[in-house]
Amino acid sequence: MSVAQQRQENPYGEIELAGQALVADWAGCLYWPAEACLIVSDLHLEKGSSHAVRGRFMPPYDTGVTLTNLAQRLAVWAPKRVICLGDSFHDDQAVDRLPTRYRAQLRSAMAGRDWVWIAGNHDPGAPAGLAGAAALELACGPLVFRHEPSAGTVSGEIAGHLHPAGKINRRGRSVRRRCFAGDGERLIMPSFGAFTGGLNVRDEAFDGLFEPERLCAWMLGDHRVYRIGGNDLVR
Amino acid sequence: MKTVNDQTPADGQAIDLPRPFLDWFAKRGWRPRAHQLQLLARSQAGESMLLIAPTGAGKTLAGFLPSLTALAGRPRRKPGERHRGVHTLYISPLKALAVDIQRNLKMPVDEMGLNLAIETRTGDTPPHRRQRQKLVPPEILLTTPEQLSLLIATKDAARFFEDLEFVILDELHSLVTSKRGHLLALALARLRAFRPDLRSIGLSATVAEPDELRRWLVRQGPHGEIHLSGLIEVASGAAPQITILQSRERLPWAGHSARYAMAEVYEAIKRHKTTILFVNTRSQAELLFKELWNINEDDLPIALHHGSLDVSRRRRVEQAMADNSLRAIVATSTLDLGIDWGDVDLVAHIGAPKGASRLAQRIGRSNHRMDEPSRAILVPANRFEVLECQAALDANYLGAQDTPPLRDGALDVLAQHVLGTACAGPFFADALYEEVLGAAPYANLSRDLFDQVVQFVATGGYALRTYEQYAKIRRTEDGSWRITHPRFAQQYRLNAGTIVEAPMLEVRLVRAGRGPNARGGPILGKIEEGFIESLVPGDTFLFSGKTLRLEGIREASCFVSKADDTDARIPSYAGGKFPLSTYLADQVRTMIAEPKRWDALPSQVSGWLELQKEQSILPAADQLLVETFPRGDRNYLIAYPFEGRLAHQTLGMLLTRRLDRARARPLGFVATDYTLGIWGLMDMGRMLEDGKLTLDGLFDEDMLGDDLEVWLDESFLLKRTFRQAATIAGLIERRHPGKEKTGRQMMISSDLIYDVLRSHEPNHILLRATREDAAQGLLDIRRLGDMLARIKGRIVHRRLDRISPLAVPVMLEIGKEPVVGEAQEALLAEAAGEAETAKLT
Repeated sequence: MSVAQQRQENPYGEIELAGQALVADWAGCLYWPAEACLIVSDLHLEKGSSHAVRGRFMPPYDTGVTLTNLAQRLAVWAPKRVICLGDSFHDDQAVDRLPTRYRAQLRSAMAGRDWVWIAGNHDPGAPAGLAGAAALELACGPLVFRHEPSAGTVSGEIAGHLHPAGKINRRGRSVRRRCFAGDGERLIMPSFGAFTGGLNVRDEAFDGLFEPERLCAWMLGDHRVYRIGGNDLVR
Repeated sequence: MKTVNDQTPADGQAIDLPRPFLDWFAKRGWRPRAHQLQLLARSQAGESMLLIAPTGAGKTLAGFLPSLTALAGRPRRKPGERHRGVHTLYISPLKALAVDIQRNLKMPVDEMGLNLAIETRTGDTPPHRRQRQKLVPPEILLTTPEQLSLLIATKDAARFFEDLEFVILDELHSLVTSKRGHLLALALARLRAFRPDLRSIGLSATVAEPDELRRWLVRQGPHGEIHLSGLIEVASGAAPQITILQSRERLPWAGHSARYAMAEVYEAIKRHKTTILFVNTRSQAELLFKELWNINEDDLPIALHHGSLDVSRRRRVEQAMADNSLRAIVATSTLDLGIDWGDVDLVAHIGAPKGASRLAQRIGRSNHRMDEPSRAILVPANRFEVLECQAALDANYLGAQDTPPLRDGALDVLAQHVLGTACAGPFFADALYEEVLGAAPYANLSRDLFDQVVQFVATGGYALRTYEQYAKIRRTEDGSWRITHPRFAQQYRLNAGTIVEAPMLEVRLVRAGRGPNARGGPILGKIEEGFIESLVPGDTFLFSGKTLRLEGIREASCFVSKADDTDARIPSYAGGKFPLSTYLADQVRTMIAEPKRWDALPSQVSGWLELQKEQSILPAADQLLVETFPRGDRNYLIAYPFEGRLAHQTLGMLLTRRLDRARARPLGFVATDYTLGIWGLMDMGRMLEDGKLTLDGLFDEDMLGDDLEVWLDESFLLKRTFRQAATIAGLIERRHPGKEKTGRQMMISSDLIYDVLRSHEPNHILLRATREDAAQGLLDIRRLGDMLARIKGRIVHRRLDRISPLAVPVMLEIGKEPVVGEAQEALLAEAAGEAETAKLT
């Protein structure tokens, strides 16, 4: 099959969670067609400038990159509602540090839609001076949205926090990418922020979160999502 | 230039030495050598000097004589008088060497009754001794470049160095070629600011361009005027006896293990007292060690020494070596520099030495006296290496030497130095700029670039000036730059230095079957995280001379168990792969072009060249041969530039882009030290004959323009270089043992920073530093450029109907290359169950 033919195929991942059909976007966001809802997690806005306070002058453009990527996905999916799954801002002061033009960029992304800020461990309070509803968690039909995955068995939970990344070994080589990780009952979102790293889904931080036999990773390729069975994922 | 040929004592010369020195020489029945006295006289006259001499010429004593005689004549400090600053600094590239010198220097100094404090200061010096050294400086301080940088970055640096008279730089030839050398050059400039009359004495092995080192030793003029130190060169002693192993076995086409020759190497070990076996990489060391033990029927004591092994293991091996209780030691470059070894009477070099000076240095290890020839055998691992060994051998007899060309001072290093300077006290930009120009590597630095570096240190140097309020250094009202908070000085101290190692994991030995639950276990050494991450639990590899099975990884450790020695995977360490030197490459090309020189070669190799002459062509020394032929369902284009793997890789990247544009549909390439092989779908031979492709067009120098720029911007190679530059420049924290866990959570991956920076500020100073690094290191662009200029109009093409003899080695390398970019996607697609849609090409 030629490269061109591959491109015509569905570049998105299809995920079923608690009976709901969801679409995994290769950019790292999740679309819920039944509700015209787009979910993004762990934007970590102003992560770069949080380092500057300690004398590590990271390029002050991460917020711009993250917001531009988000705006592109909003244009593609045109959702009625957006849920930010926590850690949208890297720290308590991040909203205050937000440069004017990025603030404007964020406002225009939010305009004309429902916007929900779920609280994260980096940003427990509602972002001051910004529109949108703030919530600790949000239940919506059979699905529940929260930042940190809850302990024990769940049904229909969508969480973030852990920044999952999958790794495969093939032909003596390994490839590691950010991913959605899920088992049909729980789905953990990849981080969307430009300066955010990933944690291997085989790390012990994920212990007990998934039914091992049903674990699946939707790894983010270049403009394409790859569904990888749990057996192929390595540490 | 005048060369001192006289190795013997300076007979009949009036020897102007203080009494204790004359007595000391007399008591031992020695006389100072001519070069030692010459160096003394010129140094006493105020000159800075470079001494080039082979191993065993009494270089160390020569270097210290000016300092020791000055100290002997200095009035003693009276009780109650304040302590004087350090008088003489000795800088060595290795901690171990500093310790060694201390021992060797103490003996004569004590015997002369000079009563001098000679102390070392390295990373291992305990805090209380460092503190005491600051309060009561020793007369002679032996240290490393990193420690010197830390010393000049302290508030009392000016006081500490106020009595400094001499700085002695040992193994200068090995220091100047790296970023460490840049940092040292800047520190030296600082010392000259404290002490304008400071005399420096450089000690070096033979180098191709002594003037480059001579510039290094003295202050350069602020307007590009070149100043040189004095020079004394001592001719080599007895010529070494070097032979190439004449093997009865079949010489392999490719590979680097030299496994075919093991029995013969073992026989050589048996015939000598002590043998050092040098290899180029740590993985080769592991493999060779294991092969030797497999056939060690006499149970000879054979040991292994390389930089990844645990320090205590290495020290035990070194001690055993000094005690002469070993018969052989397998080693990498960790043993390269001038440390004294016991009764070594044979050096064996496994694999080609890759550079003539490297060979000379290593052979110096055998028989550490000048008047006796040292003995060495070369064991080439494949047929091209036979050519290379013969060329190296010819070069050594000719006394030819090559060192990498010195590059302009790196900007990331300068950034580190600027912050260090601010840690010591306020500085004025004008004065510091002039001081920096005095350091040879930075003699051509523009004021604009310097100011950009200062801005980078202050606030990151971004066009979007959002970090002013967090500035690390700030210009105050009197115009001086000052550090804004003491914690930045602390940060500087933790991150100083230019050696950025790949992230390493501790290797811990546990019982088999522990799997991911393993804990504890003795530490065998350290191994690159990247290598271990390419393994899955259950995979086996060679390390520390054992075959090990990976059990699991936890935090900064990987747990391993002993495994059967049958099918180990070999560690593919990233480090230690030197490219073939320019000089040797020239020699190899000439040798191929001159059949009369083939007599020196084993018949298997000369026969191979004969066959090539019949079936294709042997290029003249100034020509580039390009062959094309079909094989299987692919078409191949093979070029033989002999410019080293790095330059060939770059050439391969650029040529495939061009071939792609010309619709030759290239699929991939592989580069060795000698050859570049490209394969594709179209018949490139026919395209050349039909004029759809031209070689002159394909190999035109303009590929180093736009094509290179475009490729660099997409290249993953730059990310690795960026990480180093960003760490040295202080943007990224170094990882410190024990702090790794919190470190990893806080850190922003340097790849992400690189991507963001590249798209938003492509001209940022750190990207500039990265491109320069890559051009001069990883990509060897200068060498590629020289090659393209050299072969212009001298490319010969042979269109063959099948593979040529010379092409066999590179064809065997195909399939061993790592996957990148598109191919990674193919692997993902395959894992996603679409194997048929994206077969790897």
